[in-house]
Amino acid sequence: MIDFTLTENDKARLARTRAEALICRKYAREYEEREELPPDELPERKEFLASAEAVPESGPDDTPKPVMMALQAQGTYWGDYSIRLKQSGGGLGNAALSAAGTKEQQEKWGHLTLSMAITEPGCGSDPSMVQCSAELDGDEWVVNGEKIFVTTGIRAEGAVIWATIDKSAGRAGIKSFLVERGTPGFEVPYKEKKLGIRADDTAVYFFKDCRIPRGNLLGLDETIPKKSSGGFRGVMKTFNMTRPLTAAMGLGLAEAALDFTREQLEAAGFELDYGAGLGTVPAAVEKFIRLEALFEASVLNTLQCVWLAGQGKPNNMESSVCKGHAGSAVRAITQGCVEILGPMGASREHLLEKWMRDCRITDIYEGTGEIQRLIIARGLLEYTRADLK
Amino acid sequence: MISFGPTEEQEIVRDTLKEFADEAMRPIARDCDEESSIPQDFLDTIWELGLTSTQIPEEHGGGGEPRSPVTNAILLEELGYGDASLAVAAMVPSGFANAIVDHGTEDQQKRLLPLFCKEKFHAASLAVCEPGAVFDALKPRTLAEPKGDGFVLSGVKSFVPLGDRASHFLVVAANGEGLDAFIVPREAGGLRISEPEKNLGLRGLTTVSLELERVEVSQADRLGGQAGCDVRNLLAGSRAALCAVMVGLSRGVLAECVPYAKDRVAFGEPIAKKQSIAFRLAEMHIETESMRWLTWKAASFVEQGLDATRPAHLARSYAAEKCMWVADNGVQVFGGHGYIRDNPVEMWFRNARTLGVLEGMIGV
Repeated sequence: MIDFTLTENDKARLARTRAEALICRKYAREYEEREELPPDELPERKEFLASAEAVPESGPDDTPKPVMMALQAQGTYWGDYSIRLKQSGGGLGNAALSAAGTKEQQEKWGHLTLSMAITEPGCGSDPSMVQCSAELDGDEWVVNGEKIFVTTGIRAEGAVIWATIDKSAGRAGIKSFLVERGTPGFEVPYKEKKLGIRADDTAVYFFKDCRIPRGNLLGLDETIPKKSSGGFRGVMKTFNMTRPLTAAMGLGLAEAALDFTREQLEAAGFELDYGAGLGTVPAAVEKFIRLEALFEASVLNTLQCVWLAGQGKPNNMESSVCKGHAGSAVRAITQGCVEILGPMGASREHLLEKWMRDCRITDIYEGTGEIQRLIIARGLLEYTRADLK
Repeated sequence: MISFGPTEEQEIVRDTLKEFADEAMRPIARDCDEESSIPQDFLDTIWELGLTSTQIPEEHGGGGEPRSPVTNAILLEELGYGDASLAVAAMVPSGFANAIVDHGTEDQQKRLLPLFCKEKFHAASLAVCEPGAVFDALKPRTLAEPKGDGFVLSGVKSFVPLGDRASHFLVVAANGEGLDAFIVPREAGGLRISEPEKNLGLRGLTTVSLELERVEVSQADRLGGQAGCDVRNLLAGSRAALCAVMVGLSRGVLAECVPYAKDRVAFGEPIAKKQSIAFRLAEMHIETESMRWLTWKAASFVEQGLDATRPAHLARSYAAEKCMWVADNGVQVFGGHGYIRDNPVEMWFRNARTLGVLEGMIGV
């Protein structure tokens, strides 16, 4: 049955997420100004765990888990992009290891926090242009290259990197390798200086004649297939959960912006009347309500996408739809909120300007909005990658 | 729980009406628009599907199915995909009848609902819009002054659908404290029904203006009687319904543009291979999906008896803008061809703008 209401259990879950988020927010500005990695654990955590009410097990009437995951992600990022009561272990590289690694490789490295290093200065949207190379020399691969925008790059104990074993083969020559921190030739020269999510761990990696064992090729398949490798497509498949979750993360920040703006509007005496016509509603309110509609649409796209996954149904198009829509929406929403509030919105005394900068990455990573639209268009037109670039 | 799953029944309704849209609506849509009229046998044919009578209680002659605004939103999308004028015309009686089912007194239900359970199409219309600039549905200029036990209505209503043949009108007016809806028979003294209006879009749908000059209505003809009714929620239902039609129209535009773009060659390749066109089509799809979920949420709130004011307002605000965007860009994809009245996108462009500014008309 089509339904958009939350059960009491759902609400309890989300209330807890929100309570955690509010604690995290207290540290947001401090760590961002200092551009330091977020603390591993906040001092408030122990007391929070001791005093917080236990949430009952979810029942058959409660909102299904994938949908709750998206809502909880939204609620967590509503607090802050980076700060957590306790930083979770693991990184994007762990998912890649599960997707591409042999059982032995998963056993060997699965317990480490692994970053995922794909993007380079010269390639982002088009991963076939990866220049980072791995050359076989006896029983070792020799890795050379540079990776940027590596999430969890500094904390990580190891990195899954994409490197080509044959540049002339294009995509087909690209393989995943695992490089452990401390391997000679693997340098982490600095943390990226970013427009937003400044406290977040985003690193640059240098590989200079970095030697790794032959067995560090994930999946151990050294051949170059005639077509795009299955491992490549396997990683692409994980986008169908990561894309909606990425959308949800951005939407959490957009929601924070809307909530703050609503509070300020109401404190300034503006009434939000959801029915008032254009003739009576002030421009600030009219603009704000439009942003709320945009937000709702984006959240619903995202929830519908993960709902499909929960039903075991394909959600390829929907992943691109919700990620593409949210990417544009969170830009418009947060920039619009700053616009509505005027100079107050541009002041570092409030977190609004930070949320605007933080959520800007949403339309860029995990597949830019342009890439999402390319995927959607190919789907609508039944075009291959060769048909539509 | 949050769920986007239509029931099996809803899927059947959707599939049935999609077929109806393709077979019975699309072939006649352009002629209806050019001639500003809808053949009676179309209305009688769709009447046989029971869209109005199904959700009327059995005791009044209806199908006795539970009221389902969500199902109505689903079917309105398919009808909107077929043609907006025909869709609205087909659902005008439901708009009135559902208002009586949801908000009418026992007496009002007994008197009026059997009219919608007969063999032939029976029109009765919501009268909400008004002709002045920057119309605000919640601040109508049509007034209801108390007089004795009843009221006296004065004002002008426009865009009253099928008003040329409606037996009754449900007139929304301001009563000094809030809003009320009044059941006014077409023969009422002081009521003047105009000639068919000339509109930008929905040209196939006959609409009229009503001039109310001190039309007397009794308490018994006030929707909900002494208690009145929640007119804001009634209007929310109308908004959700119009949104559903806009979703269908948007979907239709995209479906028309895709094969054309693949076929039309310029500079050595189909225009679908140019990013400007391809991205535009992707955006049309994104917005159609977005509009649908907002519409479903509004309809779902109406169905569950929740205050649907906010979701309906958000849905309408979004859909009105985006449906216009989609239809506008539909014309652009077709280039010069999109500007010619042979081409459906020309008609959908006008319909999109019209749907986005209307209130009332139909309901979920």
